[in-house]
Amino acid sequence: MSESILWIGVSICFVTTITLLLVRDWRITLSLLAVQYIGMFLLVLSHWPLGMSAAKLITGWMSVAILVMTQSGFPTFTYQESSWPEGRSFRLFIAALVIIAVASFAPSLLVWLPGIALPVAYGGLFLVGMGLLQLGITIQPLRVTIGLLTILCGFEILYASIENSVLVAALLSVVNLGLALVGAYLITAEDSVHQFEEIE
Amino acid sequence: MNAPVIWLGIPVLAALGLWAIRSEKWTAIIGGSLALVLSFLAIAIPIDQAILIGNLSIRISPVYEILGRKFILTSSNQLVLVMIYGIVSFWFFGSGVSRISHRLVPLGLLITALLLGSLAVDPFLYAALLIEMAVLIAIPMLTPPDQKPGRGVIRFLIFQTLAMPFILLSGFLLSGVEASPADINLVIQAAFLLGIGFAFLLAVFPFYAWIPMISEESPIYAVGFVLMIFPTIGMLFGLSFLDRYTFLRESRQLYEILRIIGMLTLVTAGIWAMFQRHIGRIMGYATIIGTSLSILAISLPSTTTAIGLVFLLIVPRALGLGVWSLALTIMQKQVPSLLFGDLKGQARNLPFVGAAIVGAALSLSGIVPFVGFPIQFSLWNNLGEVSVPFGMWFGLGMLGLVISSLRTLAVLVMSPEKTPWQSIETWTERILLGIGVVALVLFGIFPQWTQIVLANLPSVFEHLGK
Repeated sequence: MSESILWIGVSICFVTTITLLLVRDWRITLSLLAVQYIGMFLLVLSHWPLGMSAAKLITGWMSVAILVMTQSGFPTFTYQESSWPEGRSFRLFIAALVIIAVASFAPSLLVWLPGIALPVAYGGLFLVGMGLLQLGITIQPLRVTIGLLTILCGFEILYASIENSVLVAALLSVVNLGLALVGAYLITAEDSVHQFEEIE
Repeated sequence: MNAPVIWLGIPVLAALGLWAIRSEKWTAIIGGSLALVLSFLAIAIPIDQAILIGNLSIRISPVYEILGRKFILTSSNQLVLVMIYGIVSFWFFGSGVSRISHRLVPLGLLITALLLGSLAVDPFLYAALLIEMAVLIAIPMLTPPDQKPGRGVIRFLIFQTLAMPFILLSGFLLSGVEASPADINLVIQAAFLLGIGFAFLLAVFPFYAWIPMISEESPIYAVGFVLMIFPTIGMLFGLSFLDRYTFLRESRQLYEILRIIGMLTLVTAGIWAMFQRHIGRIMGYATIIGTSLSILAISLPSTTTAIGLVFLLIVPRALGLGVWSLALTIMQKQVPSLLFGDLKGQARNLPFVGAAIVGAALSLSGIVPFVGFPIQFSLWNNLGEVSVPFGMWFGLGMLGLVISSLRTLAVLVMSPEKTPWQSIETWTERILLGIGVVALVLFGIFPQWTQIVLANLPSVFEHLGK
């Protein structure tokens, strides 16, 4: 597989996760998550056949669809970021720290996971790092779900280079969908409480 | 017919069927009875042996294949099935009183089947994925639909989800270590990833903050179930790693690291427990201490003693948590919150509940004559033989929990003079709590009863139990 395609995948992951960190609107956020799965698909394609890679993409999009359908049920509610810090410049700064950490660690990952291509290592680690960053700055169910899905996305990119079992792929897909469903459940629980409070 | 279908498939199907039952009471009775039947079947039916029923010969196969992978339940797993389904049935019957059986029983059956499946799956690394699925199913149990999800539940989801990638990656590296055991770097990398994965999974220091949080925010009976089953299966899963990989089993450094982590968890949780003013949070810290005791048991130099103690610690913890969470659920119906300020003198209105809470707390603290005492004393003794300072730290950690238990007792009986004693619990509640407290004492006075049941459990592990 051409390395340039892998770098395109890395670029997609890079742009989407950084933007995910900055935007607040759930429509844009979930659209970016859907695009992020395209980046994942391109990276996984270097190790897995097209069919299995496409299954990952479809699973990711199904997860996004679950979250979109849930969130669209609560159109009036807007999240107030209560966590510190809220500033975009600070988020960009910590994202830069993650990029530096990933850039320094990715080459050594080639020793840990033999056979993995450098762009795949960059893409996978970057998604894991940015997912962790998401989790570190919020406790909102939607954001947490996106953070966890991003981490799993990064992990699956790395894991695809060492494991090509159909059952593992299937179980990981179930976990992704389950995570989206749990996220949907938590969003529903939180938003219904908000709506109840507003009515009162 | 094969064993995984009976002990893993039937509970899953039953869980789906139980959603259709609207009655809380009948859901609890059917779910509890099913778990009890599965427990008895695990005693009665030999796996992989011919059973003659009249002229009919039946053999329960231990293997079930799916997509080229296997679920294997052999005769050595039967005692684990007996124990887990026995404990789960006790929980399900109690859920009728706590009025959350409609959620707890079906989801609990699914969680139990998935977690037992994680012990049966081959290759065993897939267990991490099944455990993650069980975690996802536990979320609706811990968050009622009309309640805002708390920080504890979110952290539970995050930490348990983070465990999965680390364990899966470490599994890959461990297979490399098996091929070239002399590669020290690979060994360190694999051990590091494995350690982080299990630190998240078992909620050891410093990743246990979610436990007291969910104990405060979520339905306490469901919390008790989650805190009973996840660490128990997580510990057995961890032991299976030790059992499979010789270099882990024979590494002296690993046992020292386990001892330090276990002790850090014990001492910090003990100290935090001492300063709590919420009785649910104290239960949470008691659970953390329970996990730390199991880790300390694994760290003992004699593997036979270690495995024996790990298994023996399961019963007191399950019994103590069951009684404690049931009592707190009943208490919650009568008081605005489980803060000490709202519990003053409640033992005068709810004597059975008060006795159950204090009994369970003292049992988990390892006080005479409760069930926790003989095993924890034995562990303390063994640990003291390894290192006297560790023995002293152990005492300090447990002292924290003892003090918080005594504070609980003081708060529950603290009321103005001449306040009359009365019992406003229902008869069912009195009977269930009474049985629980009696069991806590009887198993403490006759510890050999648990040892008979658990004597063969170490045979679950091919190498460790020998």
